[in-house]
Amino acid sequence: MQKYLLAILVDNKPGVLTHVSGLISRRAFNIESISAGYTEEPEVTRINIVVSVESDRELDQVVTQLSKLIDVIKIVNLTKLPSIARELVLIKIKAGKESRADIKNIVEIFRAKIVDISPENVVVELTGQQSKIDGFIDMFADYEIIEIARTGAIALSRGPVPVKEM
Amino acid sequence: MNGAQAVLESLKKEGVEVVFGYPGGAVLTLYDAVYKMKFPHILTRHEQGAVHAADGYARATGKVGVVFATSGPGATNLITGISTASMDSVPLVCITGQVANPYIGKDSFQEADVCGITTPITKHNYLVKKAKDLPRVLKEAFFIARTGRPGPVVIDVAKDVFDTEIDYKYPEKVSLKGYSGEYEGDEAEVDAVVRAIQKAKKPLIFTGGGVNTSDTAQELREIVQRLGVPVTTTLLGIGTYPADGEGFLGMAGMHGSYGSNMAIQECDLLLCIGMRFSDRVTGKVAAFAPHAKIVHFELDAAEVNKNVEADLRVLGDLRWSLPLLRDKLSKAADDFRSRFAPWLEQAVARAKEKPFGYLEEGELIKPGALISKISSLMPRDTIAVTDVGQHQMWAAQFFNVYEPRHFLTSGGQGTMGYGLPAALGAKLGKPDSPVVLFTGDGSIMMNCQEFATIADNDIDLKVVILHNSILGMVAQWQRLFYSHHYSQSELKGKTDFVKLSEAMGVKGYRLTKKEELETVLPKLLSEKGPMLIDVMVPEDEDVLPMVPGGKRLDQMVLGGKD
Ligand SMILES: Cc1ncc(C[n+]2csc(CCOP(=O)(O)OP(=O)(O)O)c2C)c(N)n1
Repeated sequence: MQKYLLAILVDNKPGVLTHVSGLISRRAFNIESISAGYTEEPEVTRINIVVSVESDRELDQVVTQLSKLIDVIKIVNLTKLPSIARELVLIKIKAGKESRADIKNIVEIFRAKIVDISPENVVVELTGQQSKIDGFIDMFADYEIIEIARTGAIALSRGPVPVKEM
Repeated sequence: MNGAQAVLESLKKEGVEVVFGYPGGAVLTLYDAVYKMKFPHILTRHEQGAVHAADGYARATGKVGVVFATSGPGATNLITGISTASMDSVPLVCITGQVANPYIGKDSFQEADVCGITTPITKHNYLVKKAKDLPRVLKEAFFIARTGRPGPVVIDVAKDVFDTEIDYKYPEKVSLKGYSGEYEGDEAEVDAVVRAIQKAKKPLIFTGGGVNTSDTAQELREIVQRLGVPVTTTLLGIGTYPADGEGFLGMAGMHGSYGSNMAIQECDLLLCIGMRFSDRVTGKVAAFAPHAKIVHFELDAAEVNKNVEADLRVLGDLRWSLPLLRDKLSKAADDFRSRFAPWLEQAVARAKEKPFGYLEEGELIKPGALISKISSLMPRDTIAVTDVGQHQMWAAQFFNVYEPRHFLTSGGQGTMGYGLPAALGAKLGKPDSPVVLFTGDGSIMMNCQEFATIADNDIDLKVVILHNSILGMVAQWQRLFYSHHYSQSELKGKTDFVKLSEAMGVKGYRLTKKEELETVLPKLLSEKGPMLIDVMVPEDEDVLPMVPGGKRLDQMVLGGKD
């Protein structure tokens, strides 16, 4: 299995995200993560999707099937392009007085942030590449993680050309 | 004008001649507009009948079939028909009523999430909540349905939208960011095919439904004429090449001809045109056409390499690629015909050696004999429609089709109950062509209510039931793979189809004896008006040849005359 990051520009209309995700799952392809948001053009939404597929041929199928959706304007495979990919994670960790200093250390080394604190727990935030986030989470193995929320990857290619002009 | 009138105005602008449908609460205003504007409308007896009728109309004419249905159960009754049309790339526009805006999302009376339900089986769909969107949405819907790879589009309209007054202006153009509907490809891909043909020794042309859909049968025929190569078709490709055309080997695939399947396995170049390599046609994919370079002419990029990997592809509309190929071949300095003559001769001789056949034993009329007889009695321009089952395969094997859009069948979905409404739709679209439906005693019951529609509208078509008192195709599989356990496939045969159709206003006849093929059948077929002919056929006849699931095309179980 290989992971690919696709940027999909779609019409900003209700139901489009369902069309996209529905098509992928109904064709028996695997979605690792999916996120959507507004772009510089108000009528266009960008869906960032990570799919895991068996082969290039299967990836082609995902792309050509998605291209058939009337609301899909453009699909670009960012995997092979030089690009910056980021993910956001929020982690809630059990943290009494005794562990707080250690947690603070880890957070600083990773250039993460403590964004909330209570007598029993802290919430930390980190953005970065998937591997960095995985490493960060690993660091808390000895602590009690109460809850994790992760966004999945979003990405932009390097250089001045936007996806819509690729 | 109000939204309802705006819908009908738009249909007029799109050249819609007739709508198939069924009224209900959410579309009362729409139907009031139908009444006031005297819009041509056929009331079927079930929404499934309406959508299959529109499908038959669309397949026979190449125009967009249009359907109206009410919200909730009306709309959900369309699902089978929409899915059928989607699988076979049939252009439809289905306009369904939705509950009024304030009621949407509240599980209101007769509410169903029609866009949600139809998303996987439509080319596109819309929920219209504002009346001012109607003209644009209708314009887009017709454009999407008929261009590119055609398909069904659903427009779900909130009830109050039909009542809302708007300033009507029908847009001249469609502007969709992600869809152009035009597919001109890369000429170099066609050149590569010409080179491949020049190198080939045993090329075979394999045509599919795309040639029917794109109305390019003429170009195809010219290409075959220039090359002098054998031709085979998929089920949906029947009619793209005339049954008596030079080099025609018959349909290929699971119940395809010996000649076709062997030719596929032997050829060194397989020119696949507008087909999608369904599992019913390939047999064991890994062993499909093992010696051939596979060329795929295809409009839909997602079809290329989906099921079978192509060595060469020509991506684009057949209306672009086939004329181009024809012109390039006619200019090519190559005497294709004499070069391919030995192969053509061999392929045709092999096909003649083992044609579709049946054994003449027993008292009862054999399905093959019946369909061959009807084929010889009906005019050349007859449109044959089928239901799903053994009779469908026998019709594909024994009915000679000469023209594109003259063999209508639910291929991709295999929908029992398709036949009767589709046949009535086809006859309405092509009133000058004789229409014959081949159906089974199982299939006919699935939409038999449409006899009433046929009678009330005096739609002249011949319905032939191959009455074997069993769900034949199911029983065939049970015979072959489940030790003859006829689990729930036997029909007791207490239903009298002659009475059934007569009760709804269609004349009915029954044939039981072989000699009636000569004595009665010709008279019946020459009579005018709708008619049912219930023909008693043996219960245990198999459709042969057959490629069992997962086997290679040349591992056919033969039978019949061999
Ligand atoms: C709606 C639907 N339900 C079930 C099937 C499965 N099926 C395929 S063929 C067949 C039997 C068809 O029987 P009949 O119409 O009598 O035709 P025959 O095979 O006897 O010619 C069945 C049940 C189907 N194709 N469609």
